[in-house]
Amino acid sequence: MAAKIEINVTVNGRRYCIAVEPRRTLVDAIREDIGMTGTHIGCEHGVCGACTILVDGVPVRSCLMFAVQADRKSIRTVEGLAQDGQLHPLQRAFMEHHGLQCGFCTPGFLMLAAGVLEREPDISDEDLTDALSSNLCRCTGYQNIIKAVRAAAQKMRSIR
Amino acid sequence: MKPSSFEYHAPKTIDEAVRVLGQVASEDGCVLAGGQSLIPTMAFRMAKPSHLVDINGVAELDELAVVGDKLSIGACVRHAAFHRPVVEGPLGRLLAFVVKHIAHYAIRTRGTFCGSLANADPSSEWALTAVTLGASMTAKSVRGTRELAANAFFESIMTTQLAEDELLVEAQLPILSEQTRFGFYEFSRRAGDYAVAMSLATFALTGGVMTDVRVGVGGAEGKPRRIDEVERELAGQVPSEHLFAHAAEMAAAAIDPMEDQQADAHYRRDLVRVVTRRALERAIQ
Repeated sequence: MAAKIEINVTVNGRRYCIAVEPRRTLVDAIREDIGMTGTHIGCEHGVCGACTILVDGVPVRSCLMFAVQADRKSIRTVEGLAQDGQLHPLQRAFMEHHGLQCGFCTPGFLMLAAGVLEREPDISDEDLTDALSSNLCRCTGYQNIIKAVRAAAQKMRSIR
Repeated sequence: MKPSSFEYHAPKTIDEAVRVLGQVASEDGCVLAGGQSLIPTMAFRMAKPSHLVDINGVAELDELAVVGDKLSIGACVRHAAFHRPVVEGPLGRLLAFVVKHIAHYAIRTRGTFCGSLANADPSSEWALTAVTLGASMTAKSVRGTRELAANAFFESIMTTQLAEDELLVEAQLPILSEQTRFGFYEFSRRAGDYAVAMSLATFALTGGVMTDVRVGVGGAEGKPRRIDEVERELAGQVPSEHLFAHAAEMAAAAIDPMEDQQADAHYRRDLVRVVTRRALERAIQ
């Protein structure tokens, strides 16, 4: 076993110092070493998107990064979407438009959508759907997810 | 599965990266760039490198710039960098069109152009682009630096000319002339899936006839390549539906198609005919 490496990572605005083996994936470190289980593991090889988080504002599949690579980076997970007890427009929209059933894929969709919309607020409908098409959902059939994200995108544009 | 154990190295300069790679390559050490191909392979334990040399901290490898008549792409430049044209003219537009076919949004934020070349998956869109446009690659090791040409760089499935201790530091693409037309068409089962067959065609129209014709096919054989017979056939001809259909037939005949769970040889050959024709058609739209 390779010796553990100490890393400093900011998650949802708070600094954490953890010691991890190099082979520890970022998603496992977030869930096990930091204790935030909102980020889910679906396939563990980068195809389902359930583990999507934001690293320095950019959507990333956290099962495809090692925790050591996140040293000195700023991460946002689904636990950090709501601010001061107020739900994020995306969270509200998913509720209103029935964009979830079991909720397993939801954190991945929320962080992907949040990242895409923050980086490209005026993204076209086609490109937005294309970006969302990268995450898998077994329950909803996707239509309500698309509706929810579109509604949230409109709301986010209007409050800019 | 969880990846097996490895020693982690995070060099800060190209020289340091090359030195470390030189030390660990013979012990199953390899480079970690985007990780979007390597880490899934490690999750399946199909790869069990005992050392990883993470080059993401080497600032010098982030460079993406026009140098003379070439676009120079450093080893850590992500696929996402190409979403908006990085250079004016046909090359920028070509790269922005092709990049949308690579995997998915969240993969493109980490995966790298050069990583895709070094990995040499037959379905690599950038490998097809590099071969079709005549890219060059710069490889560094403790033994020195060498320049490699795309048409020799890819040897077979997942195999390039790179030695195990060589780092691909940069790729260079020629800036395309303003009159260059391009067409790219890829067939995959679902959006974002690996290409089963794809084609990239570039040419100029000079006095109404095709000149500087380049037609590449990828995803169908162990490595992407230009189809010489097709290029010769098209040179000096006036574009037409009939001509493109004929060229597509020739491409299909020239290919020695792979067989895998995605497609058998017969299906792949048929797809090559279709993707070649559609790439050519898109070039004149």
